[in-house]
Formats: sequence, structure tokens, C-alpha cells
Amino acid sequence: MGDSTQEVVLAADGRPLKQSLRRALMRQKMRAVMLVAPLLIFVIVTFIVPILSMLFRSVENDIVANTIPGTVIELSEWDGSTGEPPHEDVYRNLFIDLFKAEEAKQHTRLGSRLNYEQSGLSSLFRTTGRSLDGIGELWQDPLEDIDPAFEDGAFWYEMMSGSGGEGLLEQRRGLMAAMSGEEMTGDVGFVPSQQIVEMLPWTARAYTDFAIWAAIQDKDTVSEEDPWESVYGALGMDLTNPETISAINSYGGPGANALKAAAENIDQLPQEGFREAFVAEDDDWGSSDIWGTIKLYSPNMTPGYFLNSVDLQLTPEGIETKPANEQIYTKLFIRTLVMALIITASCIVLGYPVAWLLSNLPMRTSSLLMILVLLPFWTSLLVRTSAWKVLLQQQGVINEILVWLGFVNDADRLILMNNATGTVIAMTHILLPFMVLPLYSVMKTIPPSYQRAAKSLGATNWTAFWRVYFPQSVPGIGAGSILVFILAIGYYITPEIVGGTDGVFISNRIAYHISSSLNWGLAAALGSILLVVVLGLYWCYDKIVGIDNVKLGG
Amino acid sequence: MNEVIVHTKRPDLITFTMPVVAVLGAMFGFITGNIYGSPWIGFVAGAIIGAAVAGILSKVTTIKSKKKILASAVIFGAVGFVFGGLGGLFGGAIIGVSMGWFGNWIGSGKYRAGVPIYYTSGQVLWHNTFLFICAFVLFFLIAPLLPVVWLSFNAENFFTFTPEMLSFKAEGYSLKHYRDFLGTDEWMVPLKNSLIIAPIATLISVSLGTLAAIGLSQSHVPGRQAMMAVLISPMIVPLIISATGMFFFYAPLGNWLEVNLGLNQAFVGYVKVILAHAVLGIPFVIITVTATLVGFDKSLTRAAANMGANPVTTFFKVQMPLILPGVISGGLFAFITSFDEVVVVLFVGSARQQTLPWQMYTGLREQISPTILAAATILVSVSILLLLTVELLRRRSERLRGMSPS
Amino acid sequence: MQLIKTLTASTALLVVASGAAFADDHMASDMTLVSWGGAYQNSQVKAYAEPYVANNPGVSITWDESSAEAVAKLRAMNEANNVTWDLVDVVAADAMRLCDEGLAMEIDADEDLAAAPDGTSAEDDFGDLLVSDCFIPQIVYSTTFGYRNDMVPDGTPEPTDICALFDTETYPGMRSLEKRPINNMEWALLCDGVAKGDVYDVLETPEGQQQALDKLATIKDSVIWWSAGADTPQLLADGEVFMGSTYNGRLFSAIVEQDQPISMLWDAQVFDLDGWIIPAGLPEERLARVKDFVKFATDTQRLADQAKYISYGPARASSAPMVGKHAELGVDMAPHMPTDPENAKNTFLYNYEFWADYRDDIDAKFQAWLAQ
Repeated sequence: MGDSTQEVVLAADGRPLKQSLRRALMRQKMRAVMLVAPLLIFVIVTFIVPILSMLFRSVENDIVANTIPGTVIELSEWDGSTGEPPHEDVYRNLFIDLFKAEEAKQHTRLGSRLNYEQSGLSSLFRTTGRSLDGIGELWQDPLEDIDPAFEDGAFWYEMMSGSGGEGLLEQRRGLMAAMSGEEMTGDVGFVPSQQIVEMLPWTARAYTDFAIWAAIQDKDTVSEEDPWESVYGALGMDLTNPETISAINSYGGPGANALKAAAENIDQLPQEGFREAFVAEDDDWGSSDIWGTIKLYSPNMTPGYFLNSVDLQLTPEGIETKPANEQIYTKLFIRTLVMALIITASCIVLGYPVAWLLSNLPMRTSSLLMILVLLPFWTSLLVRTSAWKVLLQQQGVINEILVWLGFVNDADRLILMNNATGTVIAMTHILLPFMVLPLYSVMKTIPPSYQRAAKSLGATNWTAFWRVYFPQSVPGIGAGSILVFILAIGYYITPEIVGGTDGVFISNRIAYHISSSLNWGLAAALGSILLVVVLGLYWCYDKIVGIDNVKLGG
Repeated sequence: MNEVIVHTKRPDLITFTMPVVAVLGAMFGFITGNIYGSPWIGFVAGAIIGAAVAGILSKVTTIKSKKKILASAVIFGAVGFVFGGLGGLFGGAIIGVSMGWFGNWIGSGKYRAGVPIYYTSGQVLWHNTFLFICAFVLFFLIAPLLPVVWLSFNAENFFTFTPEMLSFKAEGYSLKHYRDFLGTDEWMVPLKNSLIIAPIATLISVSLGTLAAIGLSQSHVPGRQAMMAVLISPMIVPLIISATGMFFFYAPLGNWLEVNLGLNQAFVGYVKVILAHAVLGIPFVIITVTATLVGFDKSLTRAAANMGANPVTTFFKVQMPLILPGVISGGLFAFITSFDEVVVVLFVGSARQQTLPWQMYTGLREQISPTILAAATILVSVSILLLLTVELLRRRSERLRGMSPS
Repeated sequence: MQLIKTLTASTALLVVASGAAFADDHMASDMTLVSWGGAYQNSQVKAYAEPYVANNPGVSITWDESSAEAVAKLRAMNEANNVTWDLVDVVAADAMRLCDEGLAMEIDADEDLAAAPDGTSAEDDFGDLLVSDCFIPQIVYSTTFGYRNDMVPDGTPEPTDICALFDTETYPGMRSLEKRPINNMEWALLCDGVAKGDVYDVLETPEGQQQALDKLATIKDSVIWWSAGADTPQLLADGEVFMGSTYNGRLFSAIVEQDQPISMLWDAQVFDLDGWIIPAGLPEERLARVKDFVKFATDTQRLADQAKYISYGPARASSAPMVGKHAELGVDMAPHMPTDPENAKNTFLYNYEFWADYRDDIDAKFQAWLAQ
């Protein structure tokens, strides 16, 4: 400090002290960050990001728009409130979209997705998928009768291919990739001719889909393959347009003869449209309910899952509460919170005296007793839960003893499990060490002299405890409670085994939707709500007690 | 040992000891009478017997107290056997031990041993009630383990106490579940897997967690709360969500490791489960170690630095030994988290990484068999041995360092 | 710094060494089969896997006991493009869902499965049991009721009728039912006077669903709901319930193998199927290996052999006459099979299509009803 001038205080190395201190502080910060960084990156990469992407499923809903893109666009103009089924164009798009989805085995996925919203859609899509070929053949058979050239794959290739249709090719390739979830890159060996694209728009789309699929997915040469039935159906769609007929009559390119023959004989083609074809397969396609559901769930994002998870539902008329006999989630959320609170409270009641005893006994005795607290920890959760089952059931140990002693009638044994009581008992037991250990480590630091001082100043035992000792042990209670509460909220195996019907938690439903019903969107929505609740509690806890005060023993 | 130091005066026999023991006797009498349908006769008889026991115990001074309790157990057991057969023998013995011990404890005035001399009788009563409450809670903690141990010797394949077991006939018992556990790959391979996965996962979470906790406990850390929340999050997210979420991270990671680094499939499988379990263990390490560091005296590290130690030496020689208890208990939690974890491993692991809890889970679901209980019994025994060894070592080092037992 | 270096070096060594150690046990022709664990998986090991490996010494089979989570795990694997399973054992309803989700491969019965010894094509031999395009049936099982014969009140005949379930007056005691609507709703309607053929038509309507729930509500207080297959046998063995639904193979094991005082009720038992699916998108080489195994494991003899170890009926018509005696107990297995004509007098057929459609909807109502 000898070299300091009057204006600027310099450090030993001659730099201004302020700068030097700031650098030291920077270095300190850097070091702290460097120490935390490896773990932080590890946790963010292997945990936070995967969890967030999992939770994102709660709003994600691109399967509808990806699987039947044309239908969705066309459907957006349909007004469902009239009760009328949508326009013929919707059905035309549906035919072309579903056909390629059926080839890619995606239509049943869409059916499963929509079935969460309306029962019956799963089999509707499955059975319709099987009959799409039949619908296409309604047009294919007469077309082939009109001109046998239509039977030939090479003829179709010659007629459809040309140049200038790269735009359509790339557009269909993109849609196909979105639908199948695969890259779909590679040479198709086919470019639609611009003239055909303009003259026969439906056919060009259907044939391009077929060409992309045949070349990339099936690895075939397009010209050698017979086109899908959907292409014939699409040609049928084009032939209903008078402009197309006149364009065909002035057309001179490849396949002109066959097209002209078809245009002249359109009366041999089915006179009814695709709506009738679909309705003939299944009446439901004519129902505006089905279309309402599809329209409602066609956007890429949906609030539907979140609404479901609070017992609301999205309807064409807006957000409504679910029918009373389907409401369950709000009840389960409340039950989960209440039960977790009860479990936490019973852990405090049971854990507090033990922790007090442990922290006030001589080390030798307390560490032996500590073994008793730690032992259950070393027994698998599953085993402990099954043990509770053996103890609590109606023919179980506790009831047997009570009956043997004559306190309980054999006929009306106590029902201790398969209800909330069972869950509370078993979970309290399982989580009790998480309460005892933090309490113990906090109580260990409270000097016994305070309480003695209070007593010597005239406080009764109770006052000394309540006014002096207890406030000092509050951080321990807080730490234990937050641990127990958070862990309790997320448990599902124990409630599943001993909880019966009214002892199960929201986590059980989450697990059910993940592993059984495959409704991951709903599971993610329920999980997100639960997570927000827990984070809120964590935040409150941090504000009130401070997370640094959480101690787990040691 | 404490008996030597205690010099409490014996309480009055007629006005205190006999009535108090009579109350206990009355309780037992009530229960016993209840079995035969006449609780109140039992109640009165019990009270008389209790008072008598107290009287006899206090008159007989030549015999050691342990022998007195034993004698009481034998007498009560014999009477019980006459009336209630084998069950009566046990019941009687239990009542005998309790009565003998209680009569002795009250009669000799030892019940005041743990409290200051100036306590009023109300306070003494409360003190002892408190001890009973604690004993009850500790019993509650251990109770479920007792049927586990007992049923693991079941000769049948159910979690049921058979009549043979209850009447202690040899044919009701068998070691077959232990043979199943120790003798089949079905259980030994999962055990091996658990013993590979849990320690390595613990090592990772403890080493990274301790470093991070030290970083977090520095005085100037930018975004401390946020970082803390991130690091605690694996504990907060419901496990089933974590499990599915992590699957989507680990499956492509596994692919990448296999294809690009040419690592073996089984090895990659272990890596995935270990990393997943390490993440789950981290919050426990962070919480315990930061808590220990709150009380850490920073001048110690400055002193070490002052004397020329580099940060690494300071860490291992000064800081580490002091925060070791926190690190160890965090490690313990992390170990248990991995060793007892079933949800995540079901998703992230594959058949080759089947762990013990996984095997137990399928066992419970598909074929309830007491082999699970045998496994649990063995694990509990091993852990009792471990904990006792640690405790004995601690005492030995205390003795060696010349500390009096605290 | 020395310490850090040592640590890093030793960690690196450890990784390399363990990598090398694991390198050996990975065989080129390893197959991962997924099944349920327990006695059922054991029967598959004995009847299919062991003879197959004896014929093909180069192949090694790893069993993964994940069938209960198969649908979710397979979906996750498929999304992550990392399907590690080669063949998965699932119940027919799950097979259907996996097929719908595009997670299971469609099979061509005549091409992929062996014909019967008398030349009947696989398609005809399995017949109606090929309920989904992706499903290769193995066994027929029944969900039926077991009851404690020592808990039947004195002077009361033992129950012969499914509706004893709802008759808590005559047959007091708890019941155990699976914690899902499937089967329970059908039984409830059957016992509420709905004709067998109309059950699914009634159940399609909200009123019918409510009717079934109302019927179940009459015994709601005396039901313990189970979710794992091992639960009901345990509850029966404990005397915790008087009667409970479970798979007939479990009851066989409790009655014949464990000698418990339990009897079985063969009335309106629900016929269901369990079998294999091949995950979609397997690489050629693995697919060829699995197809070879499946062809072997589902031939007439193998399916008949499985019945030696567990009382589930073979899914092939041609296997039925070949069913023999229990491998250890020497009991004739045919009378214990759900396919035995004596047992199959009054069976109930599970409607897969119906449940594929109404599963989510009815389950939501069922769970809400349970929570009330």
C-alpha cells in the first residue's frame, strides 16, 4: 500500500485498487461459474431439455395438419354450425391425403389421436383406410374399360412426366416428409409436366405422391409401377370440371387419346362424388360432428390437452366443462395436494420427537438409533410397500392381532388399505427418514443452553420449548416438509399398490396415460400443471425459508 | 453400565410402585380377558397381579434385575401355555417380560435416571411418555421389516402367514427363496447390475455435485437462484415424466455412441442408465453439500492459500475433510436413489441392465414370490452390518484419538 | 494437479477397459425377446427358445420382461429411431394399437408362419384368431373368476354363475376386479339382464355405460381393484377376497401347483389372445432372423408344447389334439385349457374393435366413477 497516490488508490501491482478489486471479483465470479458449469451443462442437456421437450407435447398437435394437409386447408372454410357436411372438395382432399397416409401407415395414428377427442374415430380411420382402394376402383375400373391404356404404368408415366412441374414435386415431397416423419430426399426419377399440372391438378398431385413414394420409399422405378388407385380417383375429380374437359379436347401431348376417350365417356364414370363414396363406406363421414372435431383439432398447437387436464373440453361452441361423470382431474389434483399435506404433517408429528431424541442423546446411543432410521432406506420401496400390504390388509397382521385380542369383531375388520388411509400410512413410513434427517441436522446445531436459560428465567417447560427451542428448529421442519411434500406429490408406485380407488394420486393417472393409453399429450399437460404447482411451492419456500437452509443430515 | 452411577432413592412401594404397576397389569388383564370374552374380570385380576408383581419384585433384593425379568417371563409364559397353548406361551412371555421390566424399572426408581433431579413428577411422567412415543415411532419405522424377514422363510409361494408358520412347525419354513435368490441368474445378474450402476452413478453425482455446490457457495455467483433451481429440478419433476423425457435423450445418444464411437451395445446401455441415475442423485448432493458449506469458515481456505497451497491442494487437504460428512450423506442419498430406482430404469435401460428393483417390480407384478423378501432380508442384513461396522470404526477412532465418548 | 491427472488417466483407462470387457459378449446373432416374465415367460423359454437355440447354436436370446410397458416403450423407441427389440409378446388389444400406431410390422400369415402338419395353411389354422394384421397369436387365455371354496357359506351351493359376483347376499365377502373398464362393464351388463349378443351395442351408448357402472356400483364397496396379474391369486390365497377375476393360468397355478383352497368358475369368461408382434422398421438382417424364429416358435408342435408348462390353450386349431400332460405334475392339461369344450360352454368374446374405439372414453368415465 506504500505506493498509493492521493487521487487513485493503487494495489500492490500498481493498478488502481478499484480496478484490481473488480478484476478479483470477476475472477471469483468466473471461478464460481466454472465450478458450477460442468454440472449445470450436464443437467440442462441430459435433463432439462428432454423434460421440456416432453412437456411441449402438451400443446403440440401437428399430426392432423401433417397427415391430411389438403383436407385441413379446405376444411378451414367450412362452417360447422350449419350441421351440414363439408363441401365435396374436402372429401376429395381427404381421399388423396388419406390414400398416401394409408400407404405410409399413418392414417391409424391420426385415428388414435383423434379418438382421444371423440370415440369411434379410431375405427373410422382404420376401416376407411382398408376401403380406400375400393373407392379408387370405382373410377379405375370404368377408366380402364374406356381405354385399356390406363392399365399401363408406363403409359401413365409418359403422360404425366415432362418438365416445369418441379414446384409441385417439391411441394408434395415436403408434405410427404411431414406426414411420414422421414426425410424423403433422393431422386424421384419423375418431374410432372407443367401442362398436365395445369390441366389435371388433382391427378398431378395424386400421381406425384405416388411417384415420390414409389421411388424413395419402395425404391422402385416409377415408370414400371402401376399407379395407386387414388390417381384414377383424382382423374375422375378432374373430369368433373368442364374447363378440364375443354382443355383435354385441345390437348395434344402424351396420352391425349386416352384422355379424350375418358372425357367423352364421363357418363360411364360414377356420377356421384367422393362425399357419397365415403358416406357409403361409413355413415359417420356424413356427420358434421366428426368434421367438427377434425376441424377443431387441425391447428398445429392445441389448448385441448390442458383443458382436458382441468376437466374442461374444447367444443366447436367454445370451452365447456366436461360432463359430471367424466370429471376427475381437478379432484385428483386437490386430492394429491391434500394427501401430500397430510403425509407431510404426519411426518412432522412422528419425525419431530425422534429427531429431538436423536440430537439430544449421547453420540453412541444416537448413532445406534440412527441405524433404525436409516434401515428402512436400505429396503427397496417395493418391498416396504408390499410389507405394508401384508400388515394392513383385512386378513393382515394388524387386523389378525386386533381380532385375536378381541378388540375388533371378526366380521367387521378394519379397512386399513386400498383407501386413503393405506396410502397415508405407507407413504408416511417411506418418507419419514426424509423428515428426520434434516430435522436432526438442524436440531444438532441448537445449543441446549438456550432452553436452560429460558427455564432459569422462569419459563415453564412448554414456554421454553415453544418460544425458544421450536423457532430455532423451524428451518429443519421447512426443509423436511419441502422434501417430503415434493417427493410425495410425485410418487405413484406406492399409491398404486395400497391406494385402492380413493388413495391414488395424479401421478398414477400420468403414468397411466404414458404407459397404457398412450395419450402423451394429456400426460404432459397434467405433468406440466403438477410441475408448475411444485415450482410455485418451491419458490414460496425459497422466499420464506431460503433453499440454503435445506439440510439433509450430515 | 449407567446403573453404577445412578443413586436414586426407591419410591414408596404402597403409594406409588404398586398402583402404577397395577395399572399396567390391569391393561394386560383387560386385553387377556378380552380374548376370553370377559375384559373386566381380566382388568381386576390384572391389577391385583400387577400389584403383587411389584410387591414381590421389590421384596426380592438378592437376585439381579435381569434374572428377575427372566423369571417373570418364565412364570407368565408357563401360565399362558397352560391356558392358551403355544400362542399363550408367547403372549405370556411378552407380558412377563414387560411386567418384570416395568415393575423393576418403577420399583427401583430408575425411571428418574434420565432426568435432572429437580424435575417434578409431572415432568418425569412427560419425559418418560416422550421416550415411549419415540420408541413407538422407531418401532413404526422398523415394523414393516419384521414380516418381511419372517415371510422370507415361507415354504409357500405367497406373501401369506400359513397356519404352519404361525404354529412354528418346521414344514412351514424353508430356505428355498434364499436358494432362488442366491442360486439363479434371474436374481444374481440384476444384483450385479445394481452394484455396477449405483456406485458409479453415485460417484458421478457426488463429484460433479460437490464441485458445483462449492461454486454455488461462493459469495458472488451470478444467477445463483436460477442455477440452484435447475440443479434441484430432477427431484421436483414427477418421475414418470422424467423417465419418458430422458428416454428421448438417451436413445439417440446411445445410437450415436454405438455408431460413431463404435462402442458396444451393452456398455452403452450401462452408460445410459448410469448417467440417468446420476442426474437423479444430484439434487441430494447439492442440497447436503451446500448446507454443510453454509457453516464453512472461509478463512481456512484463505489461510491455506496464504501458506502457498494451490486451490487443488486446498480443496483436498482443507475443505474436503471438513465438508466430508455432508458429501457422504449426500452420496448416501444418491446411492439409495439409484439403488432403489425402478421407473427410470424401466424406460432408459434394456434387458441387459436389469437392476434389482426392476426384477422386484416384475416379480411383484407377474409372480408374487417371497424371493423378493429373501432379497430384501439379505440387503437389510448387509446394511445393518455395514452401518454397525461404520459405527464401530467411528468409536475406535474416537478411542484412538483419546476422546471420551461424547 | 498430480491428483487430477491421475484421476483423469484412471477414468479413461476404466472406460476403455470396461468397453473392451463388454466387447466380447455382444454376439452377431443376438435376439431380444420381450415377454411378461414369471411362469408365462418360463413356458416360452422351455417350449420355444431352448429348442430353437439347440437347433441354431449360433443364436443367443436375451429376454426383456417389459411386456407390461411394451406399447409405451415401443412407441418411444420408434420415435427415437432406436428399436432394440426383435420380437414382442403382447395381448391382442395392444397388438392392435401397436398396429394402428404403425409400430408393429404387418405380417402375411401364409408366408411368414408355418403350415399345419396336415398341410392346412397357417391362415386357416389360426382362423379367426388373426385379429389384427400385425398379430401372430400364440395362446388363448381367459379372464375368469376364482373363488375360495372354503368361504362359501354352509348349505349354499358353490357358485356356477358369473352373476354370483353381484350376489353379495348369498356369497358374502370381498371381490377383486381389474382396475379398468374392459371385461367388468361386459359382466355388469350380462348380469343386468342384457343378452350376450347385445352387450356391445348397449355399451356403445352413454346410457348403457351408465347402466354398467350402476350395476358395478351395487358392489363397489366390496371390491378391491387389482392392476397386476399376480394380485388376485395373492388376495385369494390370503382369504382377503371371496372371489376375484384373473387369468385362468394364474388360477391353475394357485389351485393345482400351489394347492390352495380355490376353485375356478368357467362362466362368461372372456376369451382373449396373447401373441407376438414384430416391431416395425427392423433392419433386414435382424428381420430375417426374427422371422425364422417366429416360424419355428409358432408351429403346431411348439404351441402344443407350451401347454405342458402353463394352462393356456394353443392358438392353432391343429395344436389342440397334441396337448399333453403338465411337465412336472403329470396332470392332464386339456381339461384346464380355456379352449376345452367343457370349459368353453358359455364364453364371452372380447370385441377388439369396440374397445379400440371406446377405450379412452369409457376409461375416463370409469376412472371418474371410481374416484367418486
